[in-house]
Amino acid sequence: MTDAAPILELRAVETRFPLRNAWGRQTDWLRAVDGVSLSVARGEILGVVGESGCGKTTLGKTIAGIHRASAGDISFEGNEIGGLSPTAGRALRRRLQYCYQDPGASLDPHWKIGRALEEPLVIHTKMAAGERRARVRAVLAAVGLPETHLDLYAHEISGGQQRRVGLARILMLRPSLVILDEPTSGLDVSVQATVLRLLLESRARFDLTYLFISHDLAVVRLIAHRIAVMYLGKVVETGATEAVFGAPRHPYTQSLLAAVPVVGGARVTETFWLEGEPPSPTNLPTGCHFRTRCPRAEARCAAEAPALRVLADGRRVACHFAE
Amino acid sequence: MNAELLSVRDLSVEFTTEGGVARVLDAVSLALPAGEIMGLVGESGCGKTTLARAILGALPANARMSGTALRFDGRDLLALDPRVAADEVRGRAITFVPQDPFSSFNPLFTVGDQISEVLRWKSPDCPPGERIYARSRRRSDRARALAMLRAVQLPDPERLLTKYPHELSGGQRQRVMIAMALLPEPKLVIADEPTTALDVTIQAQILKLLRGLANERGVSVLFTTHDLGTAWEICDRVTVMYAGQALETAPIGSFFRRPMVPYTRLLLDSLPSRDAALRGIPGEVPSLIAPPPGCRFAPRCPLADGPCRASHPPPTEPAPDHQVRCHHPRIETVPA
Repeated sequence: MTDAAPILELRAVETRFPLRNAWGRQTDWLRAVDGVSLSVARGEILGVVGESGCGKTTLGKTIAGIHRASAGDISFEGNEIGGLSPTAGRALRRRLQYCYQDPGASLDPHWKIGRALEEPLVIHTKMAAGERRARVRAVLAAVGLPETHLDLYAHEISGGQQRRVGLARILMLRPSLVILDEPTSGLDVSVQATVLRLLLESRARFDLTYLFISHDLAVVRLIAHRIAVMYLGKVVETGATEAVFGAPRHPYTQSLLAAVPVVGGARVTETFWLEGEPPSPTNLPTGCHFRTRCPRAEARCAAEAPALRVLADGRRVACHFAE
Repeated sequence: MNAELLSVRDLSVEFTTEGGVARVLDAVSLALPAGEIMGLVGESGCGKTTLARAILGALPANARMSGTALRFDGRDLLALDPRVAADEVRGRAITFVPQDPFSSFNPLFTVGDQISEVLRWKSPDCPPGERIYARSRRRSDRARALAMLRAVQLPDPERLLTKYPHELSGGQRQRVMIAMALLPEPKLVIADEPTTALDVTIQAQILKLLRGLANERGVSVLFTTHDLGTAWEICDRVTVMYAGQALETAPIGSFFRRPMVPYTRLLLDSLPSRDAALRGIPGEVPSLIAPPPGCRFAPRCPLADGPCRASHPPPTEPAPDHQVRCHHPRIETVPA
């Protein structure tokens, strides 16, 4: 997995949004993504986890070109797509698709499913109408929906089926990399399991690479090969899923994993130690972003921000004290 | 061991909708001993929020409630005069923690104003029906509110009272909500998915707080959640619901270790932390307007047969303290 060239590579990517005062004058920057470097190998599933406001969705949207990166390089299949305008990047990004969090809200309520599925082909390809319809039917069958659904509207199908339609729409253009933004949030566990299975099946069938953005650690553990943990715009720990889940090294990863209730395990309510809440992203602490909540914080943490260091087992951790 | 605080027997709730009459609760029975935390778990649309609201007496206008009994603390809430219920029970003996702390505050008033509004009518010092808010009570209520805000571990409560809801984070707002629910010194707190909108590290803090306060004050909690991990954390006893029917009630240990009803077992198998996690449950939740006549899980149940499709069985107790409503419960003997 490591010898092949990565399908996606990020180097020091930043996405900033201007903060304006009441007169519309820019006063500061909100650093939603603050110097993220990652690489995704072809065929792998990289889980990006973190709490709300950590910048994981902004990162996904920056890669997809929905937000423009303020700094840094993004290379996808060997092409640099980071600083490009949306029009210039479109052709290069055709094989990179972004799957929205809530397909129920991102499907046009006036359009039947069939038309929604056909639209990407109309925009991006010169296929004839008959060919397009054949492709729509093939992909719809691949995601496990009956053909009769082509004539339904988005509100007439259930949440789990809407996810399937969302995925079918992504698969229309035969992408190589799919950014899945919270693909299971808002689903019941019994439906979630079937959606996850579909994602794994589609990956094998269509040769896909996933960037799997989620706050649900149990789901990420189940599905991802590697994970990247984000906190306030920075990646604090990244490595093979089992290594990170088995023995987290960064204090934030440790607390995040300790907070997840496990049925049959020790009660989190009796052991959980992390206090307080994340600081506002518009008013970040100096040095390490986590130091205000970290039990191990020392003067050094306020003075210098820890860089991502490679540890002996190959994982990267941004903490002065990790070994 | 404890006296029953709440006892619901054969409660049904119907909503009149454009498409017809939806039977959202179908003869649900439930008993909650004093001082216990009872979890109501189930997937979306299973009726857990409706049951919570029916007990609270806060159903929408198009709902019709019927049942054998809805007894709370020695009174029958089905027969109680609505005005007496509003004065003496709702917001006083039974309080509510909402799901979404973001939309449950009025954005135009300070947190302090909204807390004192609760205490003005529902303070334990205020006899039911009292209309005057005396200065002495105002002072004692303020002290009470500050003490409670400290109990929910909010820093600097005096300054917090002057803040507006948007100035607080989600976790802080949920702490204030819990404080407001406990201020009238209730016997029962109904918490409707109180941590669903929160991040996992904040959720752990809030669950710890709620469990600690409830145990310390001897308050019963009816805790609805779709997240089985949360239920495991906080509940003493769990009732699982499906499409408006209560299927199984058991203490937390035997519920997760020895579930009897097929639905519960399939639900537990769908958890992402389990080996069989990618199985899921095939099929879909039935429409509540024209539900299956018998057990509503029968169309998706691997064990369903004739009797399942014909009738929803009355509650039985195949193991001590473990009630099920199922024709085919799997009874495992406890390994010695």
